[in-house]
Amino acid sequence: MPQRRKLLLAATSAVGAAGAAAVAAPFVASWFPSERAKAAGAPVDVDIAAIEPGMLLRAEWRGQPVWVVRRTPEMLASLDAVKARLADPDSKAAQQPDYAANATRSIKPEVLVLVGICTHLGCSPTDRLQPSEGWSGGFYCPCHGSVFDLAGRVFAGMPAPTNLVVPPYKYLNDTRLRIGDDSKGA
Amino acid sequence: MMKMAKFKNRAVAALITLAAAFTAAVPTAATAASSGAPLLHAPVNLKDAVSLQRGAHLFVNYCMGCHSANYMRFNRLTDLGLTEEQIKEYLLFATDKVGSPMTIAMRPADAKEWMGKAPPDMTVIARSKRPDYIYTLLKSYYVDETRALGWNNLAYPNIGMPHPLWQLQGAAQLKVEDKESHGHTVQVKSVVAGEPGLMNAVEYDRAVGDLVNYLVYMGEPWKVQSSRVGIIVMFFLSILLVFVYLLKLEFWRDIKH
Amino acid sequence: MSRIVAAGQGLIDWVDERFPLVSTWKYHMSEYYAPKNFNFWYYFGSLAMIVLVLQIVTGIFLTMNYKPDALTAFGSVEYIMRDVSGGWFIRYMHSTGASMFFVVVYLHMMRALLYGSYRKPRELLWIFGCMIYLALMAEAFMGYLLPWGQMSYWGAQVIVNLFATVPIVGPELSVWIRGDFLVSDATLNRFFALHVIALPLVLVGLVFLHLVALHEVGSNNPDGIEIKKNKDPVTGKPVDGIPFFPYYIVKDLIGIVVFFIVFFAILFFGPEMGGYFLEYNNFLPADPLQTPAHIAPVWYFTPFYAMLRAVPALFGSQFAGVAVMGAGVIILFFLPWLDKSPVKSIRYKGPIFRTALAIFVFSFLVLGYLGVATTDVWGKMPEVLPIIGGVEVATIVSRILTLAYFAFFLAMPWYSRIDKCKPEPERLT
Repeated sequence: MPQRRKLLLAATSAVGAAGAAAVAAPFVASWFPSERAKAAGAPVDVDIAAIEPGMLLRAEWRGQPVWVVRRTPEMLASLDAVKARLADPDSKAAQQPDYAANATRSIKPEVLVLVGICTHLGCSPTDRLQPSEGWSGGFYCPCHGSVFDLAGRVFAGMPAPTNLVVPPYKYLNDTRLRIGDDSKGA
Repeated sequence: MMKMAKFKNRAVAALITLAAAFTAAVPTAATAASSGAPLLHAPVNLKDAVSLQRGAHLFVNYCMGCHSANYMRFNRLTDLGLTEEQIKEYLLFATDKVGSPMTIAMRPADAKEWMGKAPPDMTVIARSKRPDYIYTLLKSYYVDETRALGWNNLAYPNIGMPHPLWQLQGAAQLKVEDKESHGHTVQVKSVVAGEPGLMNAVEYDRAVGDLVNYLVYMGEPWKVQSSRVGIIVMFFLSILLVFVYLLKLEFWRDIKH
Repeated sequence: MSRIVAAGQGLIDWVDERFPLVSTWKYHMSEYYAPKNFNFWYYFGSLAMIVLVLQIVTGIFLTMNYKPDALTAFGSVEYIMRDVSGGWFIRYMHSTGASMFFVVVYLHMMRALLYGSYRKPRELLWIFGCMIYLALMAEAFMGYLLPWGQMSYWGAQVIVNLFATVPIVGPELSVWIRGDFLVSDATLNRFFALHVIALPLVLVGLVFLHLVALHEVGSNNPDGIEIKKNKDPVTGKPVDGIPFFPYYIVKDLIGIVVFFIVFFAILFFGPEMGGYFLEYNNFLPADPLQTPAHIAPVWYFTPFYAMLRAVPALFGSQFAGVAVMGAGVIILFFLPWLDKSPVKSIRYKGPIFRTALAIFVFSFLVLGYLGVATTDVWGKMPEVLPIIGGVEVATIVSRILTLAYFAFFLAMPWYSRIDKCKPEPERLT
């Protein structure tokens, strides 16, 4: 094939492919969340003043259950006690924002914020916060029996591979949380 | 190369051209507005962000008592150079979220019961009724004591909606003049200023222009972006045209004529 | 490099032992010989294919967010345009594509009329084409209901009511089509199913048959003579033919790019096209209690709509008009057997045929205009005239033009025979 023909073919193909990619872009983009979904998934503000110690409040963020638990000193103490039996006691896996990668997996030790979705196959575990015989308090997933402690950390040997997710959140003031937004300022 | 020169059927070509020209001369399709008087020209400029902001403010304050814009989200107004904080402060009711659509509390069923007909949604009203018509309508209200709500309209006689901007315009009056035309006496109706409102005539014209401008923007908020992308696309395709044309010439050198 | 080429050849060989890959490519592309004198009119076939693909792809993406439900349909279209990323672009591609499909198809059909592409041996090719046109009209009509605006609603109402004029079974028939006593949610839902599944399948199937028939008999050309009559004695290939690939592929690329310039100029700068591609009243949600002041079908149906309006009611029934409108499309199917001319192409046809074709095109365009206009557009005939005094001018004109439209076909066996044709050349010019 003549050189000029090869060159023109390559140039036309390149420009044509760029055009095709540009046309494809809006089609690909249309699969991302729409403005409606984004508005529905906007951060939610939760008033935590009314949560009694040892109680759980369910909020909804992006269509998922989000739990806010006010832990008692006894509950916090149990976190150390179960440590040896956990799969990832030090929260090494990236299942939480950096500011919650600590012993209590929270900003303030007593207030725990978790996405209530099991990391195994997406069921929502039930809360069994109060300790009882052979149970130190935590969450139990009814689908495949995964068990999590009072910081959402999974026990070793469970179907769930990782700890429960801590969503991004911040304190607007002492009694108001904003879930889904951890930006500084405002 | 397209051998147009060989297109020998001049008679056919001429007639086709004639018919095409005839069709092209057709005015644009009729609109819903069909009153006799010519429409005023609405000063639409989608690049005038200040006018659009004023229009948005008027819309929220004077229209959204009865009319929703259910498909328009408040946070889209960031297109107009407003920040989300400004939208919250100046345009939102305290309970609304900035991402929510411009809905109203009045339910259509209730509205139908109270007014006989639910006020239409305004999101795409400028696309169906056309800007000039809305502009003319909002400048054609006059006081008419014979009407239940005290208002009538030259562009839309016996309109159901009372003057939404009367506080701004004041109580305009109908003026009927007899004019001589070709030996006949014709009645010419017009709207003239009456008891003044919050704005003078110039300010009121500008306010109506801003409001209509905003309604046009809201009907197609991507319009400015669309024109900008369009120019890039035209430029790109022109380049591609040069390439495919050269490619065709190159390949067709093989063909002996 | 040579190893990659060898591996590629190996793969082709592997496939070719199991599937007629190379032979299909040769038959339809690299050894499909097309006449070398195609002109401007020959772009529109490939363009129609391109638009079909665009409509299918954009349509698939629209169904991902569209709701075929009377309460939410209108809102879901606005949702696509406003809330879905790239949504307005996808929707305008589909709405612009619908009108451009008809532009391209009408020009493609005009080409066949000019160069006698419907004549023997291409009768079946022409008939498949007419079936595509019919399917396309059904597809466009059903698609137009989906945005659920005022024009969608009342357009569907009027067209479905045409079926009610059919003697005896008509009223039941129109209720059956709607699935209700008026156009409603049930109608919308079934039109959606037909628009997105049934008719696209039919269209793609017919296009396949159209192409199979084309490649069996070979393409016609502006001279209307068969290139297969002149084969090279050594190679057995037509001396005036050139392989479709690469020569017409690279040539069609020019047409495609020019088409896209027009297409995207409309899409980005004026997708409503002055109210012809997207009618203004269709931005009002459907309201079964209020008909818009002036309803007209979308532009591509208006010539036939004008015929419908031109025919006066007979025995208190509009059925005559409906029958004329239907006949206006159906008569196209018979064209191959109506043309008795000794030559195919307009280049060698005589003055009578040329004049007839010009009158036909003129009638079709003016009928198209009268179909969007109100009946009083040209005022009334003076009262003093007998019979036609006081009748709308537009009505009289559309009656004359409707007659002209049908006369083009019905008188063709006669005038095409007596016309003074020029001799066809032996080879392409």
